[in-house]
Amino acid sequence: MAQGLRKDLLTGLIAIIAMTVVLGLVYPLVITGVSQVVFPRAANGSKVSFDGRTVGSHLIGQSFLHPLLKNGKPVKNEEGEQVLVPDKGYFQPRPSATGYSGNVTFFGNAGPNSLELREEIREELAAYLKLNKPYDHSLTRADVPVDAVTQSASGVDPDISEANAQIQAHRIAAVRQIPLSKVEELISQNTDSRSLGVLGEPGVNVLEVNIALDQEAPLK
Amino acid sequence: MFEGYVQIAIFVVILVALVKPLGIYLARVFNDERVFLSPVFGPIERGTYRLLRVNPETEGQDWKQYARSLIVFSLLFWILLYLILRTQGIQPFNPEGFHSGPWDLSFNTTSSFITNTNWQFYGGETTLTYFAQMAGLAVQNFVSAAVGIAVVAALIRGIVARSGKSLGNFWHDVVRITLYVLLPISVVGALFLVSQGVIQNLSHATVIHTLAGGTQILAQGPVASQEVIKELGTNGGGFFNVNSAYPFENSSGLTNLFEMLLILMIPAALTYTYGRMVGSQRQGWAIFSAMFALFIIGVVVVYMAEQHGSVAQHAAGLHTTAFHGSTGGNMEGKEQRFGIAGSALWTAVTTVTSCGAVNAAFESLTGIGGAVPFSNLGFSEVVFGGVGTGLYSMLLYVLLAVFIGGLMVGRTPEYLGKKIGAREIKLVSLGVLFTPLAVLLSAGAASATELGKRSLYAGINPTGFSENLYAYLSQANNNGSAWAGYTGFIQPHAPGNVGAYGITFANLLGGAVMVTARFAPILFVLAVAGALAGKKVSPAGLGTMRTDNPTFVFLLIGIVILVGALTFFPAILLGPISNGLTARLF
Repeated sequence: MAQGLRKDLLTGLIAIIAMTVVLGLVYPLVITGVSQVVFPRAANGSKVSFDGRTVGSHLIGQSFLHPLLKNGKPVKNEEGEQVLVPDKGYFQPRPSATGYSGNVTFFGNAGPNSLELREEIREELAAYLKLNKPYDHSLTRADVPVDAVTQSASGVDPDISEANAQIQAHRIAAVRQIPLSKVEELISQNTDSRSLGVLGEPGVNVLEVNIALDQEAPLK
Repeated sequence: MFEGYVQIAIFVVILVALVKPLGIYLARVFNDERVFLSPVFGPIERGTYRLLRVNPETEGQDWKQYARSLIVFSLLFWILLYLILRTQGIQPFNPEGFHSGPWDLSFNTTSSFITNTNWQFYGGETTLTYFAQMAGLAVQNFVSAAVGIAVVAALIRGIVARSGKSLGNFWHDVVRITLYVLLPISVVGALFLVSQGVIQNLSHATVIHTLAGGTQILAQGPVASQEVIKELGTNGGGFFNVNSAYPFENSSGLTNLFEMLLILMIPAALTYTYGRMVGSQRQGWAIFSAMFALFIIGVVVVYMAEQHGSVAQHAAGLHTTAFHGSTGGNMEGKEQRFGIAGSALWTAVTTVTSCGAVNAAFESLTGIGGAVPFSNLGFSEVVFGGVGTGLYSMLLYVLLAVFIGGLMVGRTPEYLGKKIGAREIKLVSLGVLFTPLAVLLSAGAASATELGKRSLYAGINPTGFSENLYAYLSQANNNGSAWAGYTGFIQPHAPGNVGAYGITFANLLGGAVMVTARFAPILFVLAVAGALAGKKVSPAGLGTMRTDNPTFVFLLIGIVILVGALTFFPAILLGPISNGLTARLF
């Protein structure tokens, strides 16, 4: 018995070192090397550029806010930080629990019967209507798609629903002074349809459509 | 919901189509037969045995020897992983300069990954070096999976043994499973995932100046190589804190389907392997049918509940019906590219297996939708279950069903020609009841003490109760998914681990539960295998109860539901079902 145990300890010791080297270093480093050669863009985060500089990743949502101005000066909150508000000239992404963080991720974790969740969604609904109703008077609460007022899981959902984009298109067209049909065209060009036509849900990529808008009709 | 059901149907069809070819392949690996990869990996395999100083052809192990090798191997790896997590400051591949976390967190994380649980109190991208992720955690994703599969191979050999006591050789099984099954699928799968946008690099986090003039920091890392084995080995520990919801782990509807198939393919195929090894495919399909029925019920319930929306959303005046261009339903904590169907199906897949990777926030599921993960874990992960662990746990239930069926018809219970005696039934009962007992004791201890309450996020209400119960349900069943508000680690100055501290009670209790609820049942299973191996086979007579027909499938489903429901129904009633049945908010 004692001899068997000694043999197991020796075999086990060799095994954990060998497996750590092969599975923990050789395997991931070979995959990294091959990926960097064969799929360099995807392996490094599917970054997208505009005007010669990297502005984000196709897969990672980002915020489209600008400082709130009063008499030409930025408004500050009690902590002395600039107050940021949605930029009306850009499509707005889904609400995020993390402020679109790409390096500190967590869930919002609001339960199904949470009072706080009710308040959050009420506020999001009011804010969404306030932002968009001036440009589309027929808009009512019943028209607001669920993705527009609920937090995504990742905090960086790159997509919004097609219905969400259609509603925001009225605002974009007015602010950028371009025809609604042009905005709708850009939406459809930057919609990722279901994978292979059936898997998942279609989504409008917010960063890509906003880049397309900046190319088509830059904000002044 | 039609498009949603189409997606679910596509998944099911591909899964069922994989069962036979993969099942045959696994049987050939277990039986030391040639497979198509033998010309490539054969020399490596033989070299490995020389390196390990084992001779699998002559060194058959009885159940005690098999168990000793398994325990020694896991214990040595526990020590190595703990050391890796404690020495982050001196490691290579650490572009963010992370230090080690608190010791109690390392204890919990080490226990979590050794046991195939992958419960995570830490956030990967804010606390771990690439070295710890690759050489520490991802290695365990392979190894703990191989150990689980090895145990089921040993149990099957015990059931079919015609003479002698050998259950095979542990080192032989682990090497062959890793080399011929886990590694090749991982290599191909990782490269596919990279092609779809899952990242794979060793770079420093990228600082982005966004289109609207802000700043965003994108964490990087060797994600794809870890993502694939995390799913394939039903491990579930995400590179990122939000796991497979993060686009760099799961980028599209296609990767979502692919990753779900990775999770479920080995547990499903093992039923076919089983049928092949016991010499009757009908035996394998009977077990598959029982698992599949329980799985599909869960999928439909969670999908319908999530499509309906939650109480808080309706109270806020949100309309959750689907219309053109909008999924409708409960999109809180879900991703647009997966929608309701892709999130609901994943939720069922990851909880019937012991995977525990998530692509949506469980704590934000509707009450009834949330009851599905609870029930799946309450069934002790026998509905497909983890790789290997699922089938060996289900086989305990099969023996239990044979015993109860035998009592009902008044005959000595026998299974596949072997008489089931008192010793076997005692071991089976211990194996079946150990995990539920561990859940109830630990969840009770945590919810009844002030120390336990420090981990709650939602407070003292049904959601908080769910957080606590699910934490120990998940850890004891080695699943690893979470009602993620439940906290074991506080990181005030994220990222970097500076000033971070763990909630010691939750870390230690959870770690202890994971280890005992993993290894005690394994020992009972191996003991059952040893007891069965030495039994004579008697030919089936007229009075033999059949175990390959629909009657037995119903009996088996009934036993699984009975044990799970009697143990957990009162507790689940207090958590998610309370949420689902009330219109109150709190």
